[in-house]
Amino acid sequence: MSSIGTGYDLSASQFSPDGRVFQVEYAQKAVENGGTVIGLRGKDGIVFAVEKIVTSKLYEVGTNKRIFNIDQHVGMAVSGLISDARQIVEIARSEASSYKSQYGIGIPLKYLNERVSMYMHAYTLYSAVRPYGCSVILGAYEHDGPAMYMIDPSGVSYGYYGCAVGKAKQSAKTEIEKLKLSEMTCNELVKEAARIIYLVHDELKDKQFELEMSWVGKHTNGRHERIPADIKTDAETKAKQAMAEDSDSETEDML
Amino acid sequence: MAYMVDNLVQPNISSVASNLGPDWLSSEQSTGTSIMACEFDGGVVIGADSRATTGAYISNRFADKLTKITDYIYCCRSGSAADTQAISDIVAYHLSLHKMELGMEPLVETAANVFRELCYNYRDSLMAGILVAGWDSRKGGQVYSIPLGGMCVRQPISIGGSGSTYVYGYMDAQYKPNMSRDECVKLVENTLALAMSRDGSSGGVIRIGVITEKGTERKVILGNELPQFYEG
Repeated sequence: MSSIGTGYDLSASQFSPDGRVFQVEYAQKAVENGGTVIGLRGKDGIVFAVEKIVTSKLYEVGTNKRIFNIDQHVGMAVSGLISDARQIVEIARSEASSYKSQYGIGIPLKYLNERVSMYMHAYTLYSAVRPYGCSVILGAYEHDGPAMYMIDPSGVSYGYYGCAVGKAKQSAKTEIEKLKLSEMTCNELVKEAARIIYLVHDELKDKQFELEMSWVGKHTNGRHERIPADIKTDAETKAKQAMAEDSDSETEDML
Repeated sequence: MAYMVDNLVQPNISSVASNLGPDWLSSEQSTGTSIMACEFDGGVVIGADSRATTGAYISNRFADKLTKITDYIYCCRSGSAADTQAISDIVAYHLSLHKMELGMEPLVETAANVFRELCYNYRDSLMAGILVAGWDSRKGGQVYSIPLGGMCVRQPISIGGSGSTYVYGYMDAQYKPNMSRDECVKLVENTLALAMSRDGSSGGVIRIGVITEKGTERKVILGNELPQFYEG
């Protein structure tokens, strides 16, 4: 770590001799320090779940939300520096609204993803700016079914069936890979998403967190909405139960 | 310019003076027109007469007022030929770009909105009444009418141009929901023939286009083959 960069890491506009752009890599590191965010794409919609780490008990509940509406039909979950992410939300919103005023229909997610990716990528090209320290997941339910994309600070984006970013992305991914996503409904995904966030949360390092969840699918008429309180609490209770059972069986094994 | 000065000094003579020459010297080239479009299950039928006039003078008797925007979207133009041609060109260019960015055929709704945007923003300087018609995989055959002020509305069947005023009643009486492709073609032919026989600025041949999933088929009904009706 000590010799990393060696002079080539001060600017996003310069390659290192082995062909890397360190500023972009550091930005990706910044994302890895943020709370875990997962996106699941089932057969009838998308579910987002965010582990929002709360660093003080004095904060009001529900501040600094990490799931946003870009348009009625598009949702965005963000991980990393929240203030950077809010700027991305802002440009995604203006992109979506200008598309609607020009073409009279909601922006196709594929197109929005391309525009936002291009914008984030532009910030990896100049010495006067730094890359965005956030990753964003875009989700929508469109005519040909659900769609989900994730964009990272380099401006690269992929379409996903299931994705995870932030602190515990590795273990979250492992959990997601166990699911048969393309056969699952949103209602099933909500429970899984809550369970995964509770599972990967590190109680020792970060004591408190808030679970934030939203969905967009057939049942919401293609609108991106926060998950109703009763369904969310239900999923949360089940997640906590699963955790308790898990630790019970672990202790039995020990014996 | 000389006219202008004369008019200021002797305003009463102006009408006499301007009548001295033929009107096509001063009138705008316009498509005093009969146009029509009709949705059916799986596509649309579009139709237009072929007369282009400059004042009372027929400047083109086989004009084509069915203009291609994309492979699956056409528009029927009425009003100023120059204005509508310019608008169609701009929209066609815009949508060809949009098609590349999107990686799919533009929706008819999208095309209609791009037309509307132009027609509304420049409503004070344009003379354009346009019917946008086409097929897309999402909503099938669609017709959008964009009349003078720049409104945009979807209609199952629509007529436009100066000739349309004579045949609104006929269209209303003959239209029934869920007509077949052939019924639509026949209705468009008859309506346009009737409009052309009553409207002095419409005439010539009938041009018909049918847009479906398979693309566009076009045909022409020549002057001596037009449907005949009682002419009182």
